Amino acid sequence: MNKARLMQGNEAVAEGALAAGVLFYAGYPITPSTEIAEKMAERLPLIGGTFIQMEDEIGSMAAIIGASLTGVKSLTATSGPGFSLKQENLGYAIATEVPCVVVNVQRGGPSTGLPTSPAQADVMQARWGTHGDHPIIALTPSSVQECYELTVKAFNMAEEFRIPVILLMDEVIGHLREKVVLPEELTIVDRKRSTLPPGDYIPYENNESMIPAMANFGEGYRYHVTGLTHNEKGLPTGNPEVTKKFMQRLTQKLNPYLDRIQLVEELYLDDAELIVIAYGCTARSAMEGVHMARNLGIKVGLFRPITIWPFPQEQLEKHADRKYLVVEMNNGQLVGEIERIFGYKAVERLNRIDGELITPKEVLDRIREVL
Amino acid sequence: MAKQEFLLTGTGGQGLILAAIMLAEAGINAGQNVAQSQSYGPEARGGASRAEVIIGNEAINYPKVEKPDFVLTLSQEAYKKYGLHLDNEAILIVDNSQVTEVKPRSRNFYSLPITMAARTHFGSEQSANVVALGVVASLSGKIPMEDVLAAVQQRAPRGTAEQNIKALQIGWQMGTKAGAKQESEHCQNEGDE
Repeated sequence: MNKARLMQGNEAVAEGALAAGVLFYAGYPITPSTEIAEKMAERLPLIGGTFIQMEDEIGSMAAIIGASLTGVKSLTATSGPGFSLKQENLGYAIATEVPCVVVNVQRGGPSTGLPTSPAQADVMQARWGTHGDHPIIALTPSSVQECYELTVKAFNMAEEFRIPVILLMDEVIGHLREKVVLPEELTIVDRKRSTLPPGDYIPYENNESMIPAMANFGEGYRYHVTGLTHNEKGLPTGNPEVTKKFMQRLTQKLNPYLDRIQLVEELYLDDAELIVIAYGCTARSAMEGVHMARNLGIKVGLFRPITIWPFPQEQLEKHADRKYLVVEMNNGQLVGEIERIFGYKAVERLNRIDGELITPKEVLDRIREVL
Repeated sequence: MAKQEFLLTGTGGQGLILAAIMLAEAGINAGQNVAQSQSYGPEARGGASRAEVIIGNEAINYPKVEKPDFVLTLSQEAYKKYGLHLDNEAILIVDNSQVTEVKPRSRNFYSLPITMAARTHFGSEQSANVVALGVVASLSGKIPMEDVLAAVQQRAPRGTAEQNIKALQIGWQMGTKAGAKQESEHCQNEGDE
């Protein structure tokens, strides 16, 4: 077994990205994500990779899309205000199906907000921040160990499903130092490459897997990449039939793979009358609060969506007919999903928006209030 | 080991985050779980700063210090903010040249020459953070010296390992001596009753 190490969340993201095979980072430093850029700047040049500090976050997002099209695993990291700037090109990466990983270490908002304080207020922005109907994957680590492991998984999912994956962190986890034991064996997934010669390659082929194979720019392949709605060859089209086909495949392409994408952690759910739902840093408070409640004989459990988008609805629906308490550091964002599933009458909230982490005692008190 | 929570407080620039990182690393060397965090507010640049460490053998769910078992304050301002409202069981350690106005506390109080020792031995206060680390770690009574020593070697900035190891030894002795003294006084008091 590997030796236990003390590592910071942001550092673990960088280590995870390197383990996944990242060779390109473009970003613009911003608290509380800067340590990721620092680590990448230090490490990438040593392994023949490229680190670029771009002029801003718009350029950073554009740069990782371009790099990824040449076949290189690419990463950028930012926080709320920068995440806003990335939205336009994030949509471009979704439409052009370019694998990449975008880290957002959430801080207080809106606007420049609370640069050094935690929040979880970009949950809906991660889902719908860029315009138009689109799929997205967002993962939320709640420990340093998970920062490492989910970064690897984020790259794997991005590569396998040709989609940007958002690692939605928060200041607490990003700046926390904990014990990490790096796994000795990792599953690393690389994108499916076309085996056809350049002339025969169809870049957006409607195949059975719903995920077209990729060809690297710079290796003799030439094709059109556009944010405009395009046909299988990548050329813009306004044809309703072609548009419908493209949009259907784009918006449904994750569906066959949901069981592998939607990761959750469950605790004490079997006999729970109340299910606490929390993710990221607040899951740590919720976990402790649930333990405290159990010690008092209160039948309560924890459901932690590790993948928050696409929301693991089926997994949660297995635990129907209970009460639900959604704990989050925002004014109520993920709670909308739970209300959509079970109806708003079954769902209670605990929110905090002052930049301070919700405490286990607050979770316990709220559990007692609503039960 | 049972869970212990530490607050290391002082002024931004005193190196207390590094001391906290070393303490957490020592915890890992001793086979424990740890959580280490710090205040990132404007106070981290001057004003009262705070670094936190939790060490224990069980899983640490909530990663922030709620009820500290050990509070170190290396500045008067940090003392005012973090040293005044502690329960009796918490052990308070203040620097005797930086924290001069203190509220009387019958027990679990140590006023020690931490920065002065650094100045006397090394001509600057640069290693006061590691002297403080030695004091806190020895008073905690749960982390072996060798594990703290390894942590200092792992985390000391390049070229400073030797000085910091010396600083750790000075702090460890200071803490051990102060702890033993208080224990004997405490026993004596109990005998008087």
